[in-house]
Amino acid sequence: MKFPLTMAAIALAALMPPADAAALQESGDPLASARWGEMQKAFLAGQQVLFDPRVKVSAPSTAENPLQVPVTVDATALSNVREVIVFADFNPIVQVLRFYPAGSGAYLGFRVKLQQSTPVRAAVRTADGLWHVGGTWVNTVGGGCTAPSAAASSPEWQQRLNEVSGRQWSEGPASGRLRLRIVHPMDTGLVAGTPAFYLEEIAFADAAGQPLMRLQTYEPVAENPVFTLQRGALAGPIEARGRDNNGNLFQARIAP
Amino acid sequence: MKRRFLCCALWLAGAVQAAGFDYGLSARPVAPDVHVFIGRSEDFTTANGGNIVNTGFIVAAQGVIVIDSGPSLRYGQQMRQAIAAVTPRPPVLLINTHHHPDHFLGNQAFSGLPIAALPSTIRGIAADGNAFAENLFRLSGDWLLGTEVLVPTQALAAGPLAVAGRQLELIALDGHTGADLAIYDSASGVLFAGDLVFNGRAPTTPHADIGHWLTALDQLEALTRRPGFTTLVPGHGAPTPDAAPIRQTRAWLTWLRESLHQAAEAGLDMNEVLARPLPPEFADLPVAASEYRRSVGHLFPAAEQAALK
Ligand SMILES: [Zn+2]
Repeated sequence: MKFPLTMAAIALAALMPPADAAALQESGDPLASARWGEMQKAFLAGQQVLFDPRVKVSAPSTAENPLQVPVTVDATALSNVREVIVFADFNPIVQVLRFYPAGSGAYLGFRVKLQQSTPVRAAVRTADGLWHVGGTWVNTVGGGCTAPSAAASSPEWQQRLNEVSGRQWSEGPASGRLRLRIVHPMDTGLVAGTPAFYLEEIAFADAAGQPLMRLQTYEPVAENPVFTLQRGALAGPIEARGRDNNGNLFQARIAP
Repeated sequence: MKRRFLCCALWLAGAVQAAGFDYGLSARPVAPDVHVFIGRSEDFTTANGGNIVNTGFIVAAQGVIVIDSGPSLRYGQQMRQAIAAVTPRPPVLLINTHHHPDHFLGNQAFSGLPIAALPSTIRGIAADGNAFAENLFRLSGDWLLGTEVLVPTQALAAGPLAVAGRQLELIALDGHTGADLAIYDSASGVLFAGDLVFNGRAPTTPHADIGHWLTALDQLEALTRRPGFTTLVPGHGAPTPDAAPIRQTRAWLTWLRESLHQAAEAGLDMNEVLARPLPPEFADLPVAASEYRRSVGHLFPAAEQAALK
């Protein structure tokens, strides 16, 4: 089921390892999702799309806890990444987040709430305007003993809303990595009586104001979000400034 | 090839239907007047109907004391029949060791009897019982048809309990869940450890506090050193005449806690933690891989939070 590639894709393929080049695809969703057409229309309308194995989306094939499904997007094999959109075809709220790497690598780890089995995808726009798409299917199951209890949603956030804890690593296998956790309920608005209440935007920069990454988050990001970023060439403390959809602001400094 | 497989599958399905959701329970004596039903060392499936759990009973002078009721109404009913095959004495008390569904969803078959548990186990079953039952129905299917949550009515406290002419010692612990009851039967020296102890199967951790759990294991191990001790009955896996399953459970929990702590300190993301291989000592332990994956989901967020402070 290979389709002929356009000139742009052929040029790209010439620069890639043969295995990756063979997997390049301009049409025919490799995840065979009935909603791919809609997704393409909603997020990438009218623009050139390439299913590209260099966009790596990692997640467990079976999510034990659908309220906290870990997802890692790694598009560092592409250069000049301008924007990354993450979405889940079959989620009631499809759009998960967007990020705009500046000083950072095109890399982000986070956790997402999934309502049912669905592809989770990243669409990566490079400077030439081309969208590179990668993704993976995540199956969700209930878990007998493993069901999250009602008590698991603690009232912690009421006292500690937007509290940030974070850390940088400068040695070991995670060298150059930044991780942070923000206390926030991330309510979707889909539960009756609970309005949507979620983080909308976080900007990361170094002490001199050099941007590292801008991140836009939406309702499906999991409660008390945890993000993993690559610091890139930036050194020293990193400032994170953000706000939620109710206008609550936060600012935190993560020391190296 | 394909047709042959289909025939085979149909035949198997027919066998299950013909057997009428038979758990095949047969009481295994572990001491005079003390019997257990041993579940499989598996995850919940539609093939095992949720029978991955141990239950038991003590034939006392004035009736039968039942310990845990299994994963479904059918299990509870079949358990009663299997008990009746051993003794004509009627069940007089059912005790639920903790609030996990494979231990209390058979309660319905004992309705009319006093059903007893620790107070926070009773609260847990009342609050989460239905959600647990729905989940187990998803995993084990029609075996659970007709099963409804029956909340225990009688609150137990730690200490001696005289019942039906038998002297039990109730030990109130926690760590596997917020309330885990162990029961020591003085006459036989049998210790029912509930899910604080797993034997030959990786422990489950959806409501675990590993620090508390390890403390509870020390207390249980002390009980096995009593002069009259004869048999340890774990919540899952074979009974033993010694404390070996306690040490096995402790080894797993200690490794799990340390491994998640180190991963969080090293800056790993949850996907990287999930991808780590099991150490060789646990590689052959039944359901180790799937329990490890679930435990990462249950326990890594707290380890991560501690490392990010
Ligand atoms: Zn349990």
